[in-house]
Amino acid sequence: MPASDTVPVPDDPRRSAVDRVMQRHRYDRDALIEVLHVAQETFGHLDRQTLAHIARELSLPPGIVYGVATFYHFFTLEAPGEHICGVCRGTACHIKGSGKILSAIEERFGIVAGQTSGDGRLTVVAPRCVGNCVLAPLVLLDGEDVKVDSPAAAVALIEELLSKGEPT
Amino acid sequence: MNASDLEKLALHEAGRERRYCLRISICMGSPCMAAGAAAVKTAIEELIDRHGAAADIRVVGTGCVGPCSRGPILLVVTRDGTEYRYERVTPPAAAALVDRFLNGDVAPTERLLPADLPFFTGQTRLVLANCGYTDPERIEDYIARGGYQSLSRAIHHLSPEAVCEEVTRSGLRGRGGAGYPTGVKWELVRKASGSRKYVVANGDEGDPGAYMDRTIMEADPHRVLEGMALAGFAVGAEQGYIYVRGEYPLAAARLRQAIQTAERLQLLGGRILESRVNFRIDLRMGAGAFVCGEETALLASVMGRRGHPVTRPPYPAQRGLRGCPTLINNVETFATIPTIIRYGWEEFASVGGPGNSGTKVFAICGDLVNAGLVEVPLGTTLRQIVEEIGGGVTGGAFKAAQTGGPSGGCIPAGHLDTPMDYEQLKALGSIMGSGGLIVMNDQRCMVDVARFFIGFCQDESCGKCVPCRAGTVQMGLLLDRICSGLASACDLEQLEELCHLLQETSLCGLGSAAPNPVLSTLRHFRDEYEAHVMDHCCPAAVCNMAATEAACQP
Repeated sequence: MPASDTVPVPDDPRRSAVDRVMQRHRYDRDALIEVLHVAQETFGHLDRQTLAHIARELSLPPGIVYGVATFYHFFTLEAPGEHICGVCRGTACHIKGSGKILSAIEERFGIVAGQTSGDGRLTVVAPRCVGNCVLAPLVLLDGEDVKVDSPAAAVALIEELLSKGEPT
Repeated sequence: MNASDLEKLALHEAGRERRYCLRISICMGSPCMAAGAAAVKTAIEELIDRHGAAADIRVVGTGCVGPCSRGPILLVVTRDGTEYRYERVTPPAAAALVDRFLNGDVAPTERLLPADLPFFTGQTRLVLANCGYTDPERIEDYIARGGYQSLSRAIHHLSPEAVCEEVTRSGLRGRGGAGYPTGVKWELVRKASGSRKYVVANGDEGDPGAYMDRTIMEADPHRVLEGMALAGFAVGAEQGYIYVRGEYPLAAARLRQAIQTAERLQLLGGRILESRVNFRIDLRMGAGAFVCGEETALLASVMGRRGHPVTRPPYPAQRGLRGCPTLINNVETFATIPTIIRYGWEEFASVGGPGNSGTKVFAICGDLVNAGLVEVPLGTTLRQIVEEIGGGVTGGAFKAAQTGGPSGGCIPAGHLDTPMDYEQLKALGSIMGSGGLIVMNDQRCMVDVARFFIGFCQDESCGKCVPCRAGTVQMGLLLDRICSGLASACDLEQLEELCHLLQETSLCGLGSAAPNPVLSTLRHFRDEYEAHVMDHCCPAAVCNMAATEAACQP
């Protein structure tokens, strides 16, 4: 379950950002992906209420909106954890051992790519090439590209990241 | 703004540039940023402020300078035009460097990259000509270097037919991978009936290991926009879309800003340069789907739908966006157009070889000394790229170079002297692709590489047609068996059969090209497959053979 403050209620002020982008595109259905981008940026993920709201405003069947939201890798229907760690699986990263890095992370934190840890602190994702191949093998720590030397180093970096925000 | 205002602005800006006694460029490409380029820029700016020399020195955050693995890169240009490139600069080192330039000392040699480094001398930069020199967020920088002059010339002095003709005669071929003659495509759209036409730039660079388009969009957004506007003029379209991969937010932001400024200066939008030509460009963000690189899937995505491809014909040139004739070209193709119109087709065709004119940008990475972005004439040999420009292989001897991403293949050491052009690569079972070139040393397992690509296609299959959706899964299972040493000769046979089935029956390019990495590795490295199957052993000791009893003897 997402934390209660991320569930938008109909009069959520954050929804106005989504409404504004729809208005800017004159409620054109072609702009659906643009609208979903803004919605995800605003709320962190796309929940049912938001999808239903967008479908209504753009006069699209809810199934179409849901279909688009689930087709593209970038969109997520679940709230991500506090920190997001991505292990790039591009070609250069693969030959330099990204598979082992991902396995080590999955083993250490007990979740597989695409999941969030039980305490909601860490989400692990495995994007296909972030286009920064000279840093291979690389991990993304909250969006920042970092070159790692070994699976153990990657795990240590995440542990460090998690310890930062921990209540003392 | 009209044509003469544009020229005046260009002259004014160029004059301003000449007055600086020192121009310092800091590469702000993603790899350099990750290496700390932003802090380097701040350190330099602080130093210049302390010296009170801000009026005489220009500090620019630019697009990719090239040797990304040596970042952050600093480029210093003195008043006489001499260029000094420094590698791996840290904020204190950068401050010390600039300090010495300010004091009029001899140029420091520490961290200096030699001017005759093959990485630089081996390149011909047409598309990347501005990378390292201009501020991507300042349209004036682009104009000072001749930007939008091609558009102005075309609109005022050329007919749409003449522009198409120029592109056709230049011999430019699609830089997205397939190599279809660009001029022929333009001509088709120009002649297509219908009052509404569209121009779409494909910036959905999905190949893993490729980041040329990202760099072009981030470093020189106006070049792409000018190319699109020229296309719009040539084919008779008044609306363009640039489709940017969802993973590239910086490229999208730069392009949005560039579109706005260009519109403000009347270089895009209504009545361009006070002529009767209109051309608007809207940006569309992708959201992570490799299949959207396929043109019909891309059009569906531009219209906000799921990226499902449809059968061709009709081709987008006949029936594309909203049923109207649509010209789709890759970002790099559009970025090449201003150069062709500006210098003429003869000049462009003189670079490269017959049937393969011009240059191609490659993202070279993997087991290589100098990884980064390079632009070379088509027909440059793989050996030149790997050994001279790339500085040689690290961690072992050269084994293979992978081109064309999941639709391409591997080129083995025996073919290092192959000229990199569309036909030669195809003959070797690979493709040019968008330009990713991953070099692998002899510690890498080619079966594992094939399995990696099939896994990729499996994830990215849109699921519309069965051969691709189910075939890639079956191929993946077979490759898993091979890589764990559990496969039999019969599995290998079945794998080959599936390859041909996918090639012949898939709906779109994703499925029909998915077997290429397997077929090309089977062709050039069959002995490795056989070692996995017959001897239950991975010669490169990459695959985990724990499942079999046979001991691995690399």
